[in-house]
Amino acid sequence: MSHLKAVASRTLQLALVLWAVVTILFLMFRLMPGNPMAAYIDPTFTVEQQQALMAQFGLDKPLWEQYFIYLGNLLQGELGQSFRYREPVAERIFALLPNTLILTFSSLFVAYAFGILAGAYLAWRRGSAVENAAIPLVLMTRAMPEFWLGMVLLAVFSFWLGWFPAGGTRPAGADYDSLWALYTSRDFLSYLALPALTLAIYSQGLPLLLMRSNMLDVMKEDFVTMARIKGLSNWTVVVRHAARNALLPVMTSFAIAVGYQLQGNVVVESIFSWPGLGRELVNAVSASDYPLAQGAFLMIAVVVILMNLIADMLYALLDPRISHA
Amino acid sequence: MHDLALQKPGLVGRLFRSLKLPLSDPFAVFGLAVYATFLLTAIFADAIAPYDPTEILYTPEYELASDLRPGEQGFILGTTSLGRDIFSQIVYGTRSALIIGITAAFMVALIGSVVGLVSGYFGGWVDAVLMRLADIAFGIPFLPFVIVLAAFLEPSIWNVVLAMALVLWRDTGRVIRSQVLTLRSRGYVDAARVCGSSDLKIILRHIAPNILPLSFLYGSIAIGWAILTEASISFLGFGDPQSISWGYMLQDAFASQALAKQAYYWFVPPGICIILVVSAGFFITRGYENLLFPKLGR
Repeated sequence: MSHLKAVASRTLQLALVLWAVVTILFLMFRLMPGNPMAAYIDPTFTVEQQQALMAQFGLDKPLWEQYFIYLGNLLQGELGQSFRYREPVAERIFALLPNTLILTFSSLFVAYAFGILAGAYLAWRRGSAVENAAIPLVLMTRAMPEFWLGMVLLAVFSFWLGWFPAGGTRPAGADYDSLWALYTSRDFLSYLALPALTLAIYSQGLPLLLMRSNMLDVMKEDFVTMARIKGLSNWTVVVRHAARNALLPVMTSFAIAVGYQLQGNVVVESIFSWPGLGRELVNAVSASDYPLAQGAFLMIAVVVILMNLIADMLYALLDPRISHA
Repeated sequence: MHDLALQKPGLVGRLFRSLKLPLSDPFAVFGLAVYATFLLTAIFADAIAPYDPTEILYTPEYELASDLRPGEQGFILGTTSLGRDIFSQIVYGTRSALIIGITAAFMVALIGSVVGLVSGYFGGWVDAVLMRLADIAFGIPFLPFVIVLAAFLEPSIWNVVLAMALVLWRDTGRVIRSQVLTLRSRGYVDAARVCGSSDLKIILRHIAPNILPLSFLYGSIAIGWAILTEASISFLGFGDPQSISWGYMLQDAFASQALAKQAYYWFVPPGICIILVVSAGFFITRGYENLLFPKLGR
């Protein structure tokens, strides 16, 4: 029961956060310098279109009234019309979301698989020359600008060796019957490889360092000592007893990492011309396509907030010792 | 300890000591050395850089000195497609990186520490309000926020600093708050309260000095964040076109087809500089962790 109550109160708290972020977004785009109507109406729209949008978003009404209309529209998933594409922002955003999610999750799976194994290995080889050399190296990868890493990989593997295409998701002129056909094609994989590798190299540091320090903590616990006393082999102790317990917080961090990754995607998608939310946000802001910029920002914020919630819940679920006090 | 030898250090000395610089950790010392090198480069940039970083240069034959390889015509790191000296840009880039990094880190550490101190010490509704604000800050995607902010404001290197001050105090604030929670119930704080010390005096005299190393730790992480963020923003074209930064150089290189031209001498050095400064912050941080939380034994 208390579990359910805790989940409910946490959800409510994050709903409040979402509302606050939505409000900040509203204020940012309305109080910006220039014409307040510019947030929704492009001068090149037809008069009818302009009037329809005026009515829909109440742009001739006072600011507080506009705010409530904005909230009401949001609840119905109404985000306005994109200036450049002349289509509803919501449609555009949902069309781009799969690309961003595929890039994010494929890179994070690689990063976590590598990070967990390497982290456990480094904890096991604590104090060795390998560990002493690896840790500063891992910290260096965390200090890299992701887009710079992307540039280096592009210059080497695409422009010099010619192994991978330089950007996009498909060969020029290629057409696929469905999104599914595109995502499962071999071409798509070759386009995905470099951006995903870039993000994976950057992201592996978090699971690696977490796994390693958790392993070191767990190895000191009584039950591990007990397992050793029982005469179990080193391998059994490390893998069956220690690693399983050290894994929990690392899995929780996955949700947080998804949130961070979405923000990092902004630059990496731009480098590789990957048609995702981040690149769209940058292009929309540069082209003053405000409705689209707002929509992309909001979508990223929603995923970040949702992932924070999931991380919280996983944390409590996986480790019953965490209380909800 | 050598502290005994100096009975009455001056204010600067005391402040320096209360930072507890981790001088016994070789990595931390390396990090501090990197900081010192870049700091000197930034201060003496005018003397070190052979050219003005924005000047368009010509060869003795009066041809545009564009796309020269390192060493050609005496340019240490070669030139850009517009005939600018890459080495001079690196040197001047140090200046904007450090200005942004240090001011942003100062703001983040300052705001985070004040929030953490007030929140942890007073508790109650003050704490509740401040921590909900931190929750909201955690819900804002940082890089997209900086992009929107930079697009609406005049292009300036201060946009990154402003955005960091508005959003990134959240981590520092939470950590310092939890530290203050354990400090406030210590005996010497109670003793000070019984003696009639005011809240302000207790915070400043008895609690703040104990969290100073923690503020400095989060400050050194923030330096790296600020430099990485500035680089990303400049790279995406929302930076200040008037100031030469490493991010601007990378954007210039990317837009000028340096990748296809295989001009590694152009886009690799700025990246290495960024990695050096940011990882220097990490190394110092690790030294601090060993000092602050010796039980972790990392």
